[in-house]
Amino acid sequence: MIDEAFAEGDGWLSRIDPRLRILGAAGFAVVVAVAYDFRALLFALILSLGLVVSARLSLRRVVRSLLAAMLFLALLWLVLPWSYEGPVWFEIGPVGVTRPGVVLCSQISLKTVALMTAFMALVATMTVDTLGHALSRLQLPDKMVYLLLITYRYLFVIEQEYQRLVRAMKIRNFRPTTSLHTYRTYAYLVGMLFVRASERARRVHCAMICRGFSGRFVSLRRFPPNPLNSVFSFGTIGAIGLLIVLEWVM
Amino acid sequence: MSSPLLNLSNISFHYPGGKPVLDGLDFHLHASDRIGLVAPNGSGKTTLFHVIMGLLKADSGTVEAFGRPRQEESDFVEVRRRIGLLFQDADDQLFSPTVLEDVAFGPLNLGKTREEALAVARETLDFLRLKGFEDRVTYKLSGGEKRLVSLATVLAMQPEVLLLDEPSTGLDSNTKETLVEILNGLDLSLVLISHEFDFLSRTARHIYTLEDGRIRLDEELQIHTHQHAHLMGKHPHRHI
Repeated sequence: MIDEAFAEGDGWLSRIDPRLRILGAAGFAVVVAVAYDFRALLFALILSLGLVVSARLSLRRVVRSLLAAMLFLALLWLVLPWSYEGPVWFEIGPVGVTRPGVVLCSQISLKTVALMTAFMALVATMTVDTLGHALSRLQLPDKMVYLLLITYRYLFVIEQEYQRLVRAMKIRNFRPTTSLHTYRTYAYLVGMLFVRASERARRVHCAMICRGFSGRFVSLRRFPPNPLNSVFSFGTIGAIGLLIVLEWVM
Repeated sequence: MSSPLLNLSNISFHYPGGKPVLDGLDFHLHASDRIGLVAPNGSGKTTLFHVIMGLLKADSGTVEAFGRPRQEESDFVEVRRRIGLLFQDADDQLFSPTVLEDVAFGPLNLGKTREEALAVARETLDFLRLKGFEDRVTYKLSGGEKRLVSLATVLAMQPEVLLLDEPSTGLDSNTKETLVEILNGLDLSLVLISHEFDFLSRTARHIYTLEDGRIRLDEELQIHTHQHAHLMGKHPHRHI
């Protein structure tokens, strides 16, 4: 399911305080999302590709993770260039491609790839539970952090339950067809998953109460100081500053 | 005899729309008792544990623990600190990402500092021969490991009484052996639910059954013979 493919990295980025990485990625995301200047976007892309390379992520995995986004982008490229309003730039057969359409597609593509690769290098290099604890230290509301952590923990259990149900259907020769029987069976499957998940939630809550849970998690995590932290902070602030200058000043 | 740690009298309980699971049940547990409960599925053993812990509220009857009647939610906070409950399904008990965090969860809730909680957690893991498991991810443990880590999470709270809900179910013989040794090495009062008579006879001193919503003593040893088949059965051998 979730294989945390990048979380076991040992590059220098993995050693930076997770809180700084989250803040850096968030700041970068905001600036890139609102930028439209091609110089700024290209700089952002180079920056995030540089991060991926220096984090020593497996390039094959990076490309594979980008595939889903590429599909979405391909759809945009198929539709937007000729359907967007504006003067016709050139014609392919009967359809006229507009310049603003192509420009918009390029901007969206650059932003998507830059943001995805930046998050892969900065955020995906930590495990989900590190992410949760770091978010909690960043004063994110406790409830949201628990939701993240517990969802992550029980996703696997619910997936196992799903597999068990599917196996139970298969061994009794269930083959999906276009019939009411199939729809009903799938409805039962989903309903059963919900029932089981809520039962599970009740039991987990009981177990937590039995161990003195009173609504507050106490985190054991400590994020040790690291001289690279300040290097990373200054680098991030510098890069984001440069992006702002490229977009709004120059 | 000293006053009982647990004194349940005339407890009745039924689930909405069902017939009574517990019906006028009396149950006492004294210090260093080791009681085994064996009864068919659906006879209310787990319900009994949940009533003791205050997770379910009995329709009638009184729960007395450590010399005081317990009725309100706030009464049970102390009960839960002094009684540890091992759940049937270890996945219900282990919710933290790593083993060490899960074992330290209880002690932290009891108000221990981070250092104290970590020390207790490590000690407990050592005691259960789980050294080196600290950073393992809980959902990736095997069934037997999950059971032992669950036990660690309960023991780390340093309870006086341990309630175990089918602790031996689904364990291989080696892990079961380890569990028996660990349980016999504990200086605690125990109540064990199990279907496995062999397991109960090695860990419990008294064995009760639950019938018609009440507890019955099943103390007499019955001599009996039974036949069974297994490989190499022709050769003289002993069953232990």
